[in-house]
Amino acid sequence: MKLLKLVPDDTNISFLKWRVPFFAISVLLIAVSWALVLTKGLNYGVDFAGGLEVRATFTQSEEAPVVELRDQVEALGYGSPVVQRFGEDNQVSIRVRLPDEVSADKEAAQQAANDIVDTLQAEYDDFRLDGNDNVSGKVSGEFRQTALYALLAAMGAIALYIWIRFEWQFGVGALFALFHDVSLTLGMFALFQLEFSLQIIAAILAIIGYSLNDTIVIYDRIRENLKKYRKMELPALLDLSVNETLARTVMTSLTLLVALLPLLLFGPASLFGMVAAITLGLFVGTYSSVYSAAPILVWLGVTSDSFVPTESVADEQEKKARGLV
Amino acid sequence: MLDFPTWRKIWLWLIAGLCVFAALPSLLSATSIRWPDALPQPMVNLGLDLAGGSHILLEADAAQVAAQRLENMEENVRNTMRSADPRIRIGDVSTRDGRLSFMLDDPGQVDRARELLLPAMNGTGLVREWDMAVEDGNRMVLTPTQEGTDQAVSDAMESATEVVRKRIDELGTREPTIIRQGDTRIVVQVPGLQDPDQLKTLLGQTAKLEFKLVDQNALPSDVQQGLAPPGSEIFPYVDTSDFAGTSLAVRRLGGIRGDNLTGAQQSFDPQTNEPVVNIQFDSDGGRRFAKLTTDNVGKPFAIILDDKVLSAPNINEPIRGGSAQISGSFSVETANQLAISLRSGALPVDLAVIEERTVGPDLGADSIKRGMLALGVGSLLVIALMIVSYGRFGVYATAALGINVAMLLGIMAALNTTLTLPGIAGFVLTIGAAVDANVLINERIREERKRGRRVIAAVENGYHEASRAIYDANITNFIAGVLLFLFGSGPIRGFAVVLIIGLFTSVFTAVTLTRMWVAGWLRKTKPKDIVL
Repeated sequence: MKLLKLVPDDTNISFLKWRVPFFAISVLLIAVSWALVLTKGLNYGVDFAGGLEVRATFTQSEEAPVVELRDQVEALGYGSPVVQRFGEDNQVSIRVRLPDEVSADKEAAQQAANDIVDTLQAEYDDFRLDGNDNVSGKVSGEFRQTALYALLAAMGAIALYIWIRFEWQFGVGALFALFHDVSLTLGMFALFQLEFSLQIIAAILAIIGYSLNDTIVIYDRIRENLKKYRKMELPALLDLSVNETLARTVMTSLTLLVALLPLLLFGPASLFGMVAAITLGLFVGTYSSVYSAAPILVWLGVTSDSFVPTESVADEQEKKARGLV
Repeated sequence: MLDFPTWRKIWLWLIAGLCVFAALPSLLSATSIRWPDALPQPMVNLGLDLAGGSHILLEADAAQVAAQRLENMEENVRNTMRSADPRIRIGDVSTRDGRLSFMLDDPGQVDRARELLLPAMNGTGLVREWDMAVEDGNRMVLTPTQEGTDQAVSDAMESATEVVRKRIDELGTREPTIIRQGDTRIVVQVPGLQDPDQLKTLLGQTAKLEFKLVDQNALPSDVQQGLAPPGSEIFPYVDTSDFAGTSLAVRRLGGIRGDNLTGAQQSFDPQTNEPVVNIQFDSDGGRRFAKLTTDNVGKPFAIILDDKVLSAPNINEPIRGGSAQISGSFSVETANQLAISLRSGALPVDLAVIEERTVGPDLGADSIKRGMLALGVGSLLVIALMIVSYGRFGVYATAALGINVAMLLGIMAALNTTLTLPGIAGFVLTIGAAVDANVLINERIREERKRGRRVIAAVENGYHEASRAIYDANITNFIAGVLLFLFGSGPIRGFAVVLIIGLFTSVFTAVTLTRMWVAGWLRKTKPKDIVL
């Protein structure tokens, strides 16, 4: 029986040769992402912006009347709504960011939700209400805050653990890679104006987890090789480590990809944003482990001494045994 | 590394078996096979985003509790001073700045007043509820302590939660979840509810019913401008009333509250055939209601619901039977809702809906069907890829993955956790981590073989060397998971819980179980070479 090998044995690709241009591209992409986030802004869903979201299916129609819906809801006087197709052609989500004076008054916010649903139900016979969210400004503010704190705390703790298990340079490298992944994901959401909700935070967390896994596998091999080949130049050693783990990197990424693609293609519409983000993060995370997390070690000056104590307990015992002390 | 004594094998199978067993009821619930009733029934709850239903977050107005306490204390002080022998005359009573202050006409009575009020300062609980001080010789100042206020808010929330529970039970919905969250919030989750509006109306109604005497000396022009005479306060009529838009002045003190009810039903007025609500007081409430009506025959009193006047009928005769009829331009529906609210008791504090999410049951079911299909196809592809790439080792990895998913579900069921959409992201990550562990191990064994190690040594080394990275990666993710759980809000927690449990099950299955199987196979066949 012949087994499938996706990566030939003993590859010797000089990944690190292109570290400067690739790293420059990474930094540029991060900068572009943040510029996009700051200029175009994230398309916050009701979780983070507050307001109403109504999801509905027009059961007898081929396609939902998106343009008409926008006008009809706008005519109610709660500001201009965002009407988007959601999953199937006949499903829509209607989002309204209520004017401040309405959202401040809880009863008025409730009234607005009922107003929209009642109007549309009267207008369309086949209007089926699939769900609605109504989040007050207070709660959405808390969501923004807790999501940010949770992300920062998790990233900080991750860097700390890697510092303890490896060396501080590795901690910096891993943190930069995570920052890279999160930035690019945010940039993508700003560029395509996809709805940014709490689910996307879950997706970003999954991306962080996956990218971290990838980074640690390569770092572990670097640590091992640093002990093994004490005289090797660092770029060559990093290349060796990346090549040695290449088969695993390709195989794992491919496996996850084949698991994610069906979810992306015919999974539930409500999962689409999350799965799309994770799929994107799969590529970004793999790339960042090779081209952000590894080269940083060269610039931060990791040496084999980091893992081979100069005067270890073992050395002392050996000296004692030889009668040198 | 490859030594597996029998006792260890038994332990591992037992752990895996127990977890998988716990997952069976959840897995079978998707099929038509019935799980025997005699066995334990651990179930993974599906979150409302998956199963459909309503999630409502209510927030209480804590300031209102504090204001209510101050008002109660004022009444308490007035009663105590009035019934003191000899009577202690007080004046200039004020409840400004969140504290109660009053002057004693005779500074010589300060010590006696202090003595009389002392028991009220400590309340019923263990904490000191009020601080008492004397300013300028004859002004007494009572300030609520933080502990006392916290305690009062906490008590109010406790009974508010109970009231919410009773009201939802009245609606007859199945399996509602009602939990207190934080200091001033209540989460209500009702699966599969078709009409959340009714629920929201019911929960939003405080149902504070009061009977107060109308202040007949107030000038109508002052009242309409919102100027209350001393000792009175002004309430507007309800919007449905014939007097909507106008207000009424009532005496602030001396009324009674409709807290002590034994029953409330919607009914019709025999004369006008209008919908009304009949209420029955308990013996204490009945006695007080009888006293109020006996002392004030011929005068009008106002029936006030949630600070709006329903009606202000004349007391024609003393009402001693302990029951009364409330009229107030109701429709049958609003009368019925009021009856439910009164039956379940008044909320001790106003609750406002600050977050509401409803998912229609159709969409939830559709989501699950599509999700299952996608997961099934994805799993088949992963299995195919693993077996094509790693042969026998791929089969082990696949079997471990299957057990992993079942164990994760089983532990979630045993801990009674809820699977939500973000939880599914956690699931995907966990399965990714498990696959990755096996890929790492198998690639490492390949490498070790390439370096010319014998089969046994290669497998041993493969597991040993790969484990380091696997543990580091999983511990890091575990730390992240714990922090997410601690700092995150609801949906993020849903992700974190699955992640944390999943890390344990994936290390257990992908590393430990496969090693046991590989070791058993190597021991039995002692192969000279392996296909990998």
